[in-house]
Amino acid sequence: MIADVSSPARLTAGLDAQGYLADEGVSTAAYLALTMGRPLFCEGDAGVGKTALAGALAGVLDAPLIRLQCYEGLDAAQALYDWDFPRQLLHLRAAEAAGVADADRLEAELYDRRFLIARPLLRALEESTRTRPAVLLVDEVDRADDEFEAFLLEVLSDFTITVPELGTIRAERPPVVVVTSNRTREVHDALKRRCLYHWLEHPDLEREVAIIRRRLPQATATLAEAVARVARAARAEDLLKPPGIAESLDWTEALLALGADGLGDADLDRACASLGAFLKYREDQERVAGRIAEWAVAG
Amino acid sequence: MTGASDLTRTLVGFARTLRAAGVPASVDRLHQTVTAASHLDVARRRDLYWAGRLTLCAGPDDLERYDRAFAAYFAGEQAPPVRRVPPVQVVRPVAVPGPERDPRNDDRDDPDDPDRPPAATSSELEVLRHRDLAALTTAERDVVRRLIAAIDPVGETRLSRRHRPSSSGVVDPRRTVRAMLRRGGEPVRLERRVRRVRPRRLVLIVDVSGSMQPYADAFLRFAHAAARRRAGTEVFTVGTRLTRVTREMRGRDPSTALLAVSGAVPDWSGGTRLGELMKAFLDRWGQRGVARGAVVVVASDGWERGDAGLLGEQMQRLSRLAHRVVWVNPHRGQPGYAPMTAGMLAALPSVDDFVDGHSLAALERLAAVVAGNRATSSITSRTTSGRTERRRA
Repeated sequence: MIADVSSPARLTAGLDAQGYLADEGVSTAAYLALTMGRPLFCEGDAGVGKTALAGALAGVLDAPLIRLQCYEGLDAAQALYDWDFPRQLLHLRAAEAAGVADADRLEAELYDRRFLIARPLLRALEESTRTRPAVLLVDEVDRADDEFEAFLLEVLSDFTITVPELGTIRAERPPVVVVTSNRTREVHDALKRRCLYHWLEHPDLEREVAIIRRRLPQATATLAEAVARVARAARAEDLLKPPGIAESLDWTEALLALGADGLGDADLDRACASLGAFLKYREDQERVAGRIAEWAVAG
Repeated sequence: MTGASDLTRTLVGFARTLRAAGVPASVDRLHQTVTAASHLDVARRRDLYWAGRLTLCAGPDDLERYDRAFAAYFAGEQAPPVRRVPPVQVVRPVAVPGPERDPRNDDRDDPDDPDRPPAATSSELEVLRHRDLAALTTAERDVVRRLIAAIDPVGETRLSRRHRPSSSGVVDPRRTVRAMLRRGGEPVRLERRVRRVRPRRLVLIVDVSGSMQPYADAFLRFAHAAARRRAGTEVFTVGTRLTRVTREMRGRDPSTALLAVSGAVPDWSGGTRLGELMKAFLDRWGQRGVARGAVVVVASDGWERGDAGLLGEQMQRLSRLAHRVVWVNPHRGQPGYAPMTAGMLAALPSVDDFVDGHSLAALERLAAVVAGNRATSSITSRTTSGRTERRRA
């Protein structure tokens, strides 16, 4: 069932039902992306919920989520489409064996849609129907190289893909596109200009508590709040890698598995033992370990 | 519809304010703002805020400027400003050592008229190549500048994830089968492919503090030569703060680029807090990817005003991220130089190549070192095996 997305507030409620607690900025951005048919370019520190947003949007729209993870060297054959050569060969051999002599017909058959393997970008265009758009997540676009950006730009500007042997494939309606970047390098302006740009911040304390409790209902309010407080204090600290919400959730889950119900003195050992779920650098762990109890209390 | 045109006029005025504040709010972006605003409740200040922020900003640096401009513009009434907001003008000393001559050098090379055209014979050039950059006459400096612009620091390479066709290498199934299809399914020959080779990213960090003043210009020109020849080269300056000047380096002409750089760098000839700034560089850029697998060149005399221990720590971090760390110290070429400053001593164990950079010849050698040509760099000798020892430890 498609939820009501006719205003930012209604979209917030829809995302909420998917377990994604959006603030005003996120819901306005997503709402505009939907109504204007523009890709949404999300930047922010790792673990602030960029990728999760695409998943939640897919849930709200009851749409398939098509994910394209970017990496260096990603090429058209992996992102757009590829011909299924082995099947084409088989078809050719079968036709020969059957004694088909009409070369033109054979050629037309060989380059038929059924021999085309759709990769994420093509799939997103094809699965986006008039009644239901697809949600395309282009994850960590900053990891791909310039060559990829160039053809991503081409697809995002008019939502068509041209296959030389087959013709132009057009989306019935533009898919909802979420592009995320961790800012390891500057993405081309041309790509950003096609998109709405949203910078995601770490959530405030209340929202983080709410997110933890929503995702991990078995966590007590005390535990969720203690973790959120430590996370907030750790972000203010000058760490090599400040923890995101993803890390807060992981840590809470680890603490739950160890049977902790807070971060008081009784649970401190468990907290230190599971710190690896929260901080991924030894230097950071050393700096934080001694101060958990102090940070976890309100104040 | 007067309402809509009022809104457009308001937004056009706001975009102008925004441009003055340094956010490049182009017309096509503004067009999107108007569309976005029409989908929202523009009577609400917050909706207008988001409509503008989502369409006009392009990076986290823009956000703060946007917030300030928004607050300023919509603070009073929503009427478009009658007067143009004056663009921010900052007057700063310009980095390029001016055409004034160093009085110390005036009587040095007497046979030469100081204003002679900067055409030099090959033997003169050879002398010039080895002369200290700090002690050049104006005419010589012109020649040296042109020669620096001609340096081609094409760097080390790495294997890319992309392939190219080749007569040797592994079998390329896609091209092989494609060729088979063309020939009616007959496997005539195996097509092969090899991994493409790409240059490693080059990152230059130039110290522009007071003690480096005579050399900073030459290093920035060197950086410009590198940035011109290789896309993806990143240039930063350090002094009292860290400034990314990659954008400013884009121009074709070195002098214009340097002028832009001097406008962007707020801390010419101040002190240096290398450790802190190296940390700022690694936090904001290096660890995220700029320094990963790159050849990082630090041009500094290692004169650390802050805590040398911090510098040592950060250089270790850098050496873990980077493919190679090259430190250029202009004082190293002087006779009797030994790395005595606390900063230099702290940094050296994490440095792969320690080279001098006081003359044109030294800069040419630096280019060779950057290109991974260690045969040439052995002239300057690797002074430290600290990095390998540390890795073994």
